[in-house]
Amino acid sequence: MTLEEQATSPGLTEVDVRRIVGEEIDRAFARNPAARRAALIASKGTLDWAYPPLILSTAAAAAGMRTSVFFTFYGLNIIHKDFEHKLKISPVGNPALPMPVPMPDLVTAMPGMVSIATRMMRSRFSKHNVASIGTLLDEARDLGVRLIGCQMTIDVFGYSPDDFIEGVEFGGAAAFMSEARKAHVTMFI
Amino acid sequence: MTPDIHVDEVVDARDLMCPMPVLATTKAMRRLAPNHVLKVLATDRGALSDIPAWVEDTGNELLSSHTDGDILVFLIRKTEEA
Repeated sequence: MTLEEQATSPGLTEVDVRRIVGEEIDRAFARNPAARRAALIASKGTLDWAYPPLILSTAAAAAGMRTSVFFTFYGLNIIHKDFEHKLKISPVGNPALPMPVPMPDLVTAMPGMVSIATRMMRSRFSKHNVASIGTLLDEARDLGVRLIGCQMTIDVFGYSPDDFIEGVEFGGAAAFMSEARKAHVTMFI
Repeated sequence: MTPDIHVDEVVDARDLMCPMPVLATTKAMRRLAPNHVLKVLATDRGALSDIPAWVEDTGNELLSSHTDGDILVFLIRKTEEA
């Protein structure tokens, strides 16, 4: 029985009405465009923190969501042409970093420790076959994830648009908010 | 096991880590014709929940999932609307 037939049918019970309304609500939710949008902010510029926004945005786009990532402050490192060298791991003040032996901050603050920690993290990632940042950036662009650089921090840090990888757009807080207000999924990373 | 299902394409995502099995599945499904069946092989244990979640989100159909030793095997049918 169609909705129209049921609506005019004298035998329509409260149970029928509740079921029909429930089905209509489910259909409306399924059509809700906000469920198909994700807007992320990437604000961190270390190798470890470059992963979450790229993994989550590619997964969102793969699931059919219109996805954008707004790179601001240190997050600009992720979309910088020189991201391979800019994204590092600092062991200082990072007690969660897995170390071969426990080390006090006085030791981890010594010269060369950043490059040792970065190499250690890179080798762990590659040993476990985790995709590289370069691969994830390629995947993001392939899947149509919009990569948006924060114009204000680009200016403050003295970057120019040419410093960023192919396909990066530029925008500000209002552009992000315009995207975010239409998205159920918003994240600040 | 589901030997009676005809498989049209296979994605070998063994040894790949999150999110690569899902991304490889997405690309293969885009090439696939509706009603055709994709077989996905993965070893990332995260795929156990990731692939079914992706299938639900994209409106495709998970025909089966089973393990073959350490390998996770998923059969996905591309629906008309997906």
